[in-house]
Amino acid sequence: MKRERVLMKGNEALAEAAVRAGCRYFFGYPITPQNEIPEYMSRRLPEVGGQFVQAESEVAAINMLYGAGGAGARAMTSSSSPGISLKQEGISYMAAAEVPGLIVNMTRGGPGLGGIQPAQSDYHQATRGGGHGDYRTIVFGPATVQEMVDLVGKAFDLADRYRTPVVIVGDGMLGQIMEPVVLPDPVDPDRLPPKPWATTGARGRRPNLINSLHLAAAECEELNRRLEAKYSEIRANEQMAEIVHPGADYFVVAYGTTARICREAVGQAREEGLSVGLLRPITLWPFPTKAFEEALETAKGFLTVEMSLGQMVDDVRLSVGGRAPVRFYGRTGGVVPSAEEVLGEIRRMVEEGDEGR
Amino acid sequence: MTSRTWERPSGTEIVYERPRSLTDVVTHYCPGCTHGIAHRLVAEVIDELDIRERAVGIASVGCSVLAYKYFDVDMLQAAHGRAPAVATGVKRVRPETVVFTYQGDGDLAAIGTAEIVHAAMRGENLTVIFINNAIFGMTGGQMAPTTLVGQETTTSPGGRRPQRAGYPIRICEMISVLDGAAYVARQALSSPQSIARAKKAIRKAFEAQLEERGLGLVELLSSCSVNWKMSPGDALRWIETHMVPVYPLGVFKDWTEAGAEAASSPVRPAAGGSDGAERRGEAAG
Amino acid sequence: MKLAIIMSGFGGQGVMSMGQLLAYAAMDEGREVTWLPSYGPEMRGGAAYCTVVVSDRPVGSPLTTRPDACIIMNRPSLDKFEEAVKPGGILVLNTSLCDRLPGRDDLTLVALPVTDIASDLGDFRVANMVALGAFLEVEPVVKSSSVLEALKKTLPEHRRHLLPLNEKALEAGALEARKRLQDRTA
Repeated sequence: MKRERVLMKGNEALAEAAVRAGCRYFFGYPITPQNEIPEYMSRRLPEVGGQFVQAESEVAAINMLYGAGGAGARAMTSSSSPGISLKQEGISYMAAAEVPGLIVNMTRGGPGLGGIQPAQSDYHQATRGGGHGDYRTIVFGPATVQEMVDLVGKAFDLADRYRTPVVIVGDGMLGQIMEPVVLPDPVDPDRLPPKPWATTGARGRRPNLINSLHLAAAECEELNRRLEAKYSEIRANEQMAEIVHPGADYFVVAYGTTARICREAVGQAREEGLSVGLLRPITLWPFPTKAFEEALETAKGFLTVEMSLGQMVDDVRLSVGGRAPVRFYGRTGGVVPSAEEVLGEIRRMVEEGDEGR
Repeated sequence: MTSRTWERPSGTEIVYERPRSLTDVVTHYCPGCTHGIAHRLVAEVIDELDIRERAVGIASVGCSVLAYKYFDVDMLQAAHGRAPAVATGVKRVRPETVVFTYQGDGDLAAIGTAEIVHAAMRGENLTVIFINNAIFGMTGGQMAPTTLVGQETTTSPGGRRPQRAGYPIRICEMISVLDGAAYVARQALSSPQSIARAKKAIRKAFEAQLEERGLGLVELLSSCSVNWKMSPGDALRWIETHMVPVYPLGVFKDWTEAGAEAASSPVRPAAGGSDGAERRGEAAG
Repeated sequence: MKLAIIMSGFGGQGVMSMGQLLAYAAMDEGREVTWLPSYGPEMRGGAAYCTVVVSDRPVGSPLTTRPDACIIMNRPSLDKFEEAVKPGGILVLNTSLCDRLPGRDDLTLVALPVTDIASDLGDFRVANMVALGAFLEVEPVVKSSSVLEALKKTLPEHRRHLLPLNEKALEAGALEARKRLQDRTA
């Protein structure tokens, strides 16, 4: 039976999806353009026996998440770019102490205070760990409200399975847009797999420790090797991407809101007879290198489009490995590229062929 | 006492032993350091209240960074200053646990001022053990916000000068004005009598949590003989002669009726003298 | 079929909810749709606007620089969006709060005193429904009955008594638009 479609704002749909995934604790601090998430959670969580805490800062919020995740709960925080920078300390600690949790970044223009319009200029921060030390977080870059909703449950599942923080990177537009969405069935948090490592009081067992301090260098190296083994497993098993029009001569590479716009441009280009497809990374880390191998069977060139001046394009170049030219087109600071602009770049790529850079 | 291997000779009686809530290890603390006393007091209170299996400790950053090795309870290690936020996360998820933070002055009174103030503002049911030794110990004796005027440290050569480096921060006085704080007290770990009072205060700070009255905070004036460049004995005396005048001892807030009365008259530090402190803790006790 | 509509006016003119009603109605009719608000300081004064895209296929960009239609509720909005409308597109204009007419002659223009009509009906706050009714008369992208159904679903209990007034406003807008279009063709 087809379930009911409801019209929801991206931020609210994400929050409801989190509740349905068994999230009962939210810690956050107001910042545009994600305020609908804490607002929604502040009234929704008490209905399901959960708690909402408006923290004194982003720094406090992420550390509350560290505590809540450490105590074994499904919990989350959300923010936008400048706030996410403040959270990096806690994310690093969570990665090191292997505490699961969900962090949502409704990205806005930067650097500095930047603006409040949609951007993708936090890609490097999100996919390279973001804080200090040798770590990664799983990062999703959904393109529609429905996909974002579907990825929330997956994000919590992966966070628990790998005991790692997971990041969902949206942008102002994805947070503010209303689209029809089918919400998932609710998960009972009491029926999730147990977390015997959590700090819940050492009743009838030896005390648990959640820690990221390793003063002996060899011990600290050992932690890093253990984390890296986990990341290798994630790289091998968790890549997600969509290839629209496989077998095309050229591919546009884009994620999130930009991918929607590029999809429209690719459609127009194909109406003009150009052999163009879209390669849309859904996991930004692990970067979907396997999808590039598939595209490279026919691809003569790639055009990366981002709402930044070129961040994901680095990963595209690494994945393509010099086997085809990689072009870049970006708008930034909150400016959203139009399908017409992208179409122009596609035409140029096809015209210039291998002559392009 | 699981790890002890000897048998108690018949006819003898145990009068002093390691609290169950402490692990049987040698600590890394310097000779003469009062952290060991503070750890022991906290562990004794946890034992006496029979909450070891419900306790979750939050270790901070500083000399007490390794507290997770010494308390035989569930422990989380927090970033510098963030222990009250981490504790909030744990306590909100597991209200049946008894959550305490153990933080130094570089942690709580500097980088972590926002977290402690707001945990108190929210009236979180947490217990905070705050070690004030007027210096950054772990990093090698730099100036702390609690460093006394004129006190020499590695970053206040020639002594702390208020014109450039401000004045000592009084945490108890700050926290006690917040409605969410249930119990706030300052005691010194400088003599057997004051240590006994410190333990009473710690117990009360845990009871505040057990009764869900809000935040309980105990500031413990402590010594750092190595960084103060004094003998352990001189260091303990220096607490009394130099720190107590600036950081008067006593109960600043007490949710119980009797306590509220005792804590009602304001405490003021002596202007400069060495023995002007009002010992309201003694009066109340 | 794909239609991008921008609705713009002062904050408080019900521009956002007008767009949401259209989006709800389109969803209930089985269409794909997006609703995107302008957000930020711009929402206080000046032009607050939203973009609704209705399509038979999943919506790519929820943004448009060349809308097929604009519903303009005040003068700053006309200044902002007049040039953006696609040639041959639709422009519904609230002349109650706009002291000029568009300069372009390549648009289907429906100019009517939306706020005055709403006030005559008894409440200026249903101006948005008057405008929506007028728009749907020119471009019936959804049935007005679907809009009313959507309103029924989204209106909180304590506002249910406003349904008849909203229905009247929707009809009044349609009627006025029909008159003006007939005058033009006559």
